[in-house]
Amino acid sequence: MGKTIQEINEKIRQGKAVVCTADEIIGVVKEKGLKQAATLVDVVTTGTFGPMCSSGAYFNLGHSKPRIKMGGGKVTINDVQTYAGFAAVDLFIGATAISEDDPRNKVFPGKFSYGGGHVIEDLVAGKDVRLTVTAYGTDCYPRRALDTWVRLTDMNEAVLFNMRNAYQNYNVAVNLSDRVIYTYMGVLQPRMRNANYCTAGQLSPLLNDPLYRTVGVGTRIFLGGGEGYVVGHGTQHNPGVQRTKRGLPKVPAGTLSLTGDLKNMSPRWLRGASFVGYGVTMTVGVGLPIPILDEEILHFAAVSDEDLVAPVVDYSKAYPHCQPEILGEVTVAQLKSGEIMVDGKKVITAGLSSYAQAREIALTLKKRIEAGTFLLTEPVASLPTPESGYAFKPLKERPWEPPTEVSDD
Amino acid sequence: MPKKKVVLNFPPHLIDQPVTYKLITDHGLVVNILRARITPNEWGRMVVELSGNGGQLEEGLNFLAEIGVGVEPLAKEVKWLEERCVQCTACIAPCPTHALGVDRSNMTVSFDRELCIACELCLNSCAYRAIEMSFE
Repeated sequence: MGKTIQEINEKIRQGKAVVCTADEIIGVVKEKGLKQAATLVDVVTTGTFGPMCSSGAYFNLGHSKPRIKMGGGKVTINDVQTYAGFAAVDLFIGATAISEDDPRNKVFPGKFSYGGGHVIEDLVAGKDVRLTVTAYGTDCYPRRALDTWVRLTDMNEAVLFNMRNAYQNYNVAVNLSDRVIYTYMGVLQPRMRNANYCTAGQLSPLLNDPLYRTVGVGTRIFLGGGEGYVVGHGTQHNPGVQRTKRGLPKVPAGTLSLTGDLKNMSPRWLRGASFVGYGVTMTVGVGLPIPILDEEILHFAAVSDEDLVAPVVDYSKAYPHCQPEILGEVTVAQLKSGEIMVDGKKVITAGLSSYAQAREIALTLKKRIEAGTFLLTEPVASLPTPESGYAFKPLKERPWEPPTEVSDD
Repeated sequence: MPKKKVVLNFPPHLIDQPVTYKLITDHGLVVNILRARITPNEWGRMVVELSGNGGQLEEGLNFLAEIGVGVEPLAKEVKWLEERCVQCTACIAPCPTHALGVDRSNMTVSFDRELCIACELCLNSCAYRAIEMSFE
């Protein structure tokens, strides 16, 4: 009947585990049927490589002589702003951070040529980066300024920490207006001349485990070329959205928060990205292994691009103004064909998430498992499920008003 | 008919000269202008596809060299840096000539220099600066 994760790990240790990538498994299930394939296959590996803005990294830099307290001061790496509101030499840099001097969109559209994502890429590439600190000085941390080269190997801890990665499904972006718009979904030509999508489709981690039956807190994963772990559900996790008969969300739904040791990672799988007119971000490589514990889990993991639907959204009006309307639904198979039909109009498609590199991640993870160097973990807690009632809410805006003056009389 | 796609760099003193006219009338070339930027007192730049029979093409190019127009092959000015490309395919939609193409069987991107007209539309679509164009 079913298998346990311990049994699968025993097979991995013995080099006997049968591993398929999420695209290979589709054919295996078609050929052998669900029942036989579920007995045969132990693990399905997934992958995704796309821009993920809620990513970042924290560092402990070690103490200078004399000591300096970065918290409450101002710290930049390669001129990019970081957050230092912690103990003396702990620091966080976000993927979308930029230099105070970056012209941003003052000359539209801005180039955003360097930012937090690029700093992280440079660090994992082993490059020297310039750290500058101005601090206020205390009796115990007297130093007020620091300007030095640092590199990853010299740091104490260097940890990738991403609040939200691996979105389960994503919008297809179009532009209904009369001018070119520059968005985080790329450059969108007027009057719907192109449609940009961002999903790894049948390789996507959470689309292969749509009800979060195997993924949970503590799941070991491929992250940025090295290994990482699922911290829990990511920000904006929204499991209760409308789903297809197969349990696949029709709009963006679940997300993951991920972490891992940056020192094991590679610049091939953590890439700074510059979206003209929008900003900087980081493209992150994530691969989730799915233990095939039973037929139902395999049924979900055998999802194909034809089964997956994504909503087409206007980024000139509906998205910026938080209006819920969608212009239609298309399948990932249609998106990958190069053109879709929206409102009876043929629209050229282009991707932002790399299917080719997602496939390489799934294959790399497969090889690591086959080689016995990557063991599966039991999740220590589940993610909020579609039935949990957990939902993503908009901001309840309560505008601040200046206090009314009270007369002394 | 032999064809050649080249970038012509015009020094400021030639901006007001009918160079293209001479290529057509004196040298019998077919001049297909793909892009042009001419500003008074500055270097002008024109991307053209030249075609002509027999030695006409070579004669035309010699004429350009003699009068001081810089001729560069287009391929030298447009670079697709494969190692920077992540195969996301974002550049495919804006490319009007399909110089940037995608193999749908494995979703990998390729670049065909011969088709590129250096329109620069791909530059803003690439978040990884995988396409470089050097002008001037």
